[in-house]
Amino acid sequence: MDQALISHMLETIAGISGKTGGAFNLRLDSKGVERYSTENIKIIPKTDRPGIDILVRPGTKGESVHIPVILTESGLNDLVYNDFIIGEGADVTIIAGCGIHNEGHAKSEHDGIHAFKIGKNAHVRYVEKHYGEGSGTGERVLNPTTLVDLAEGASCEMEMVQIGGVSSTLRKTDATLGKNAKLLITERLMTHDAQTATSDVVIHLNGEDSSAQVISRSVAKDTSNQVFHPIAQGNARCHAHIQCDTILMDEAHVRSIPEIEANHSEAAIIHEAAIGRINNEQMLKLETLGLDESEAEKIIIDAFLE
Amino acid sequence: MLEVKNLTFEVAQNDGKTEIIRDLSFTVPDGRLIVITGPNGGGKSTLAKLIMGLEKSTSGNILWNGEDMTPYSVTERARKGIGYAFQQPPRFKGMKISRILELAHGSSLSEDVCCEYLSKVGLCAREYIDREIDSTLSGGELKRIEIATLLARKPALAIFDEPEAGIDLWSFAMLVDTFDKLRKTGEQTVLIISHQERILQLADDIMVLQDGGILAYGPREEVFPKLGSIHMSSHSCMTNERGNC
Repeated sequence: MDQALISHMLETIAGISGKTGGAFNLRLDSKGVERYSTENIKIIPKTDRPGIDILVRPGTKGESVHIPVILTESGLNDLVYNDFIIGEGADVTIIAGCGIHNEGHAKSEHDGIHAFKIGKNAHVRYVEKHYGEGSGTGERVLNPTTLVDLAEGASCEMEMVQIGGVSSTLRKTDATLGKNAKLLITERLMTHDAQTATSDVVIHLNGEDSSAQVISRSVAKDTSNQVFHPIAQGNARCHAHIQCDTILMDEAHVRSIPEIEANHSEAAIIHEAAIGRINNEQMLKLETLGLDESEAEKIIIDAFLE
Repeated sequence: MLEVKNLTFEVAQNDGKTEIIRDLSFTVPDGRLIVITGPNGGGKSTLAKLIMGLEKSTSGNILWNGEDMTPYSVTERARKGIGYAFQQPPRFKGMKISRILELAHGSSLSEDVCCEYLSKVGLCAREYIDREIDSTLSGGELKRIEIATLLARKPALAIFDEPEAGIDLWSFAMLVDTFDKLRKTGEQTVLIISHQERILQLADDIMVLQDGGILAYGPREEVFPKLGSIHMSSHSCMTNERGNC
């Protein structure tokens, strides 16, 4: 195995080099190859199907878990089930990332099904980076499913980033919020060439005074195709705000389908969506600072996706 | 030195063409602070944009330090030392204020230096450096950040297009002070488009522009006292075919 390649992928998708010191699980080419638990965070492989259980002890504070996945063999179809059980009052960061390096001509696919049970008053920050590379013609496919269940007073911040190089992705996110629970989803997506990306988000605001915010920003280049379909469903007195912004470039195609549903008289739900090219005034402003057209374009996109 | 020679800018209007800038010629010596004033529609902002290259002149030349800028793009002119603060600056989703100051400056800046630039335009700096240049900023805040950007860039020729517009009284006093310091150092040539008496009083020279031509241009001591008596008719009120404004 090419250690340099693995290090590079780990750095890209999880921002780590070497050992993290915390709980850690590396899945490489469909196999768990390295695993550490800590006193408060146990990582246990499943026995009935591929995947792991991540158990966070109640009251655990300030610890982080890294669970990167790397595919380097062309032609793999990797399906994994990861369950996260977060104990009451815990406050942890979970860094999941998936990188596909495909030098071959066959399709490489990783489908990660992540289910979170976040206990009362617990807080989770979940970061998921997706990235593809390699000179082969084989497709690089990532189809994540994320299921989140937030108990009373629990909160979750999810940052989902697809940096580039992923041929196609179908992302499904389904969240259920209890009383006073809070959910923040920030999604950053860039597609290029003929890539396709679909993101379906469903948020069920079931608990009184629950709140959710979705901030989705994307850039669609070349002939790529993106579809966003976020749904916020208010079933109690609640607040939700969904914001989808896309910069459209070249011959790309983007569909944004807002859907908000109120099943309670005190549900307040807002959806904003905008698709447009880079504003010419922004380009001119950066050109007056001495940047050329391509530098200005890159800076605008990088800032937008930051 | 800035030399403008026989500069004309025409736009298509109805069936014919309208001259916004008419055969304009003038020079600005290095290190001077010039305030350009005059009625709305007189061509002030257009002249500023022509110098920066944001508009392309119909004929004539703009020379900066003896070099003809006319064929150059905005980027090339910026790299030659011309800078411009927009009258209505754009917003940038996701971009931090500290980032645009760094882009303007051309290299990374410490938090303290960023704060210094923002303080010069009356912004309580530390609250702002990590804020994004998006719709959460008011028009006045955006405008002051725009001015701070040009201060951070420190171009040899700095053009400010109505810097006072949308700025509150307290910040305005700070701005006047900043321009005054800029003038005293004499390191930059500064063109300010303004109608504000306090800014006019800072000028080394005042230019009055009306209907795309120069009505008066000279030292402040000579031009300022005459401003009240110069008859300025607004070109922005043009009669249509029915004779209505």
